[in-house]
Amino acid sequence: MRVASEADLVEAVRSAAGPLSLRGGNTRGMAGTGTALSLAGLRGITLYEPGALTLVAQAGTPVAEIETALTAEGQRLAFEPMDHRALMGTTGEPTIGGVFAANVSGPRRLAVGAARDFLLGVRYVDGQGNIVKNGGRVMKNVTGYDLVKLLAGSRGTLGALTEVSLKVLPEPETSATLVLSDLDDPAAIAAMAQAMRSPFEVTAAAHDPAQRRTYLRLEGFEASVTYRIGRLKDLLSATGAALESLAAKPSTTLWRDLRDVTALHGAQGDVWRVHCRPTEAPALAAKAGAEAHLYDWAGGLIWLRMAPGADLRARLGRYNGHATLLRADEAAQALPRQEPEAPGVARLTAGLRAKFDPRGIFNAEALALST
Amino acid sequence: MDMPTPDAGIIARKARIVARLRAVLPQAAVIDDVHETRAYECDALTAYKCPPLAVTLPASTEEVSTVLRICHEEGVPVVPRGSGTSLAGGALPTADSVVLGVARMAEVLEVDYDNRLMRVQTGRTNLSVTGAVEEDGFFYAPDPSSQLACAIAGNIAMNSGGAHCLKYGVTTNNLLGVTMVMMDGEVVEIGGGFMDAGGLDLLGVICGSEGQLGVVTEATLRILPKPEGARPVLMGFDDNAVAGACVSDIIKAGVLPVAIEFMDRPCIEATEAFAHAGYPMCEALLIVEVEGSDAEIDHQLQLIKEIAQRHNPVELRESTSAEESAAIWLGRKSAFGAMGQINDYMCLDGTIPVTELPMVLRRIGEMSDSYGLKVGNVFHAGDGNMHPLILFDANKPGDLEKCEAFGADILRLCVEVGGCLTGEHGVGIEKRDLMHVQYAPADLEAQLAVKDVFDPAWLLNPAKVFPLDVTEGRRGRGVSVAA
Repeated sequence: MRVASEADLVEAVRSAAGPLSLRGGNTRGMAGTGTALSLAGLRGITLYEPGALTLVAQAGTPVAEIETALTAEGQRLAFEPMDHRALMGTTGEPTIGGVFAANVSGPRRLAVGAARDFLLGVRYVDGQGNIVKNGGRVMKNVTGYDLVKLLAGSRGTLGALTEVSLKVLPEPETSATLVLSDLDDPAAIAAMAQAMRSPFEVTAAAHDPAQRRTYLRLEGFEASVTYRIGRLKDLLSATGAALESLAAKPSTTLWRDLRDVTALHGAQGDVWRVHCRPTEAPALAAKAGAEAHLYDWAGGLIWLRMAPGADLRARLGRYNGHATLLRADEAAQALPRQEPEAPGVARLTAGLRAKFDPRGIFNAEALALST
Repeated sequence: MDMPTPDAGIIARKARIVARLRAVLPQAAVIDDVHETRAYECDALTAYKCPPLAVTLPASTEEVSTVLRICHEEGVPVVPRGSGTSLAGGALPTADSVVLGVARMAEVLEVDYDNRLMRVQTGRTNLSVTGAVEEDGFFYAPDPSSQLACAIAGNIAMNSGGAHCLKYGVTTNNLLGVTMVMMDGEVVEIGGGFMDAGGLDLLGVICGSEGQLGVVTEATLRILPKPEGARPVLMGFDDNAVAGACVSDIIKAGVLPVAIEFMDRPCIEATEAFAHAGYPMCEALLIVEVEGSDAEIDHQLQLIKEIAQRHNPVELRESTSAEESAAIWLGRKSAFGAMGQINDYMCLDGTIPVTELPMVLRRIGEMSDSYGLKVGNVFHAGDGNMHPLILFDANKPGDLEKCEAFGADILRLCVEVGGCLTGEHGVGIEKRDLMHVQYAPADLEAQLAVKDVFDPAWLLNPAKVFPLDVTEGRRGRGVSVAA
């Protein structure tokens, strides 16, 4: 089923006899079971004011269409949403609604915040077919409860997004990456922490253990990037790592690969994401016993490819953070995708679900509701 | 401003309620003397006052939990209070309510520079959070004007902003986790020392919920390394519209200043008379601040000056030293005090799309003439968060009401042009009855549903945020307590 307008969507939700599987381009592995309901027909940028750094689009608008419009004005989606297709083995057209429904943020999340931090307003249709709006198109808004944040990352479990209003940022003049070679995981995490403690505004920090290479990205005006790369080299010389810098073009390609986790493509196995305190990341990665792993967000995010069906959560035990199973082999189907919640939080989640979608028809299995 | 009629049954049970609270808290932590509760009768919206039934000042999450459990059992509304600096009446009590103040909870619990975070008790003041880490080169970014006094608890409740949020975001963008006590006394942990809590973004909806969903007792905050330096440039224009266009051009040019502040003529005149900051007498003044090394600052200010020159400024003054920076900021920081010297004032907080700035300022000027009340505008132009200051005389009968009507008209205008009622102060009681202007019934119902889940009996700060007619029947719902 495909809807062409918000009114169609309302009708589809009201008349639904059973579960609906909401989807944009269906590229991120979020869609649940139930009658497929595509929102890709809700398409188009409805307002773009470069001077106000704001853009409003229908939820089914392709991310590519938005990026093209932004590039023409020298602006961008600063939270750098990844393209899941190669990793997930999907082929659809990623939509802006899907980006926010899954709160998809890339390497720059470390410096500028997550997708949810750039979402200014939403319109959505709840589980009873009511059209609801929250937030707006201004950057500062504390009028009533922030349902915008609640909808971001709700994976279609609270409502079907129909329109999103977002904050965009200027594309910087240039970028460059400082590459540190031959550090082991703990040394790389320590070097990234040292860089992040500096005032030089590193906009991304990742470490690829397979290559033993650590990457620090700088962005801004040419003179500023050159100056900051120099200062970071001085700061990190004590690590003993070989230091080289990549110019804008190779740097851009590198971060596109890191964003899309190219290092984990092309092999079978389950793909997990672990959010943790950066300094705890090397110990967690050691416990995981993964086939491959990659650190982003200075260690605050670990990507892991695990043997099919391996229960990563059981291996990690208790720690400050949570693990998401993003790509699951047959053998892993029994594992919850999202980290099970503590009882008090689980009750709030279930209570909100019951209010926003009393019939439980939206992507019911997309959140692990512990009982 | 109407408040619900206090529940006579609760007031009649005051002795028992106070005795139960006294039994579990230290002597000094429960205040019920009618003279002493006066200290808690209002917040910074001083036009409205009402002493509470009692005040509790717990010193730990456990004590907060105990207070809330007792109040829940007694069916007593609870008004959470940080430092009482709300400009919207967020901490205004009712006569049948217990104020729960977090001021005795002000410890720093953890500082972790390698992971760039700290954990504090929420009674700690905003400025002293930065104070705890600044010697080591760090700061906590949200910086509301009241930062010397305001508490992190209130910052979270109102999702506070500040002058520097164009670059660093507001509270919700800098909050990683909370320990929160639910109205029934249950303690929940949400988020923590990592980026992006899993599951639904409960942290996102708690932040800015004006103390209606739970009492946040501890918070994990993102801290940032201090920039190498910062310097402003001051520019004056003889037309508001030109200043507005200049703001837009700066943003479009790819420079991202940490702050763009705007003052109009009435405000410039008042501040000059009060603070003698040496500002040019003109229609509109901008202060634009950038950060970085000296060379980086020079480069960015050069770009900004080139943009400003295209708009024929009447004044363009770049700071080259700490003293000159202080002089440029002096007037802006004195603006509210200066307006207060002239008369009583009401400070509004609507946000508009920055592109609508010239039109909105013109309309505010026209309304000022028709209401016969003076208004000065000083605000964060980079993000469209306006702060019109309407002057009135509290001793003149009818002036407050006229001022409130004028304020409501300005806020309606903000919504009409695509903005909102409040950018950083919160709704409280002040804008409660204007919520219909911004939200349709279904929009409000979705928000009310969230409170239904977190606080089913509607005992936490119940008479705030939403129009009383839509919360009637929810407040105190299902509460039955034996006398």
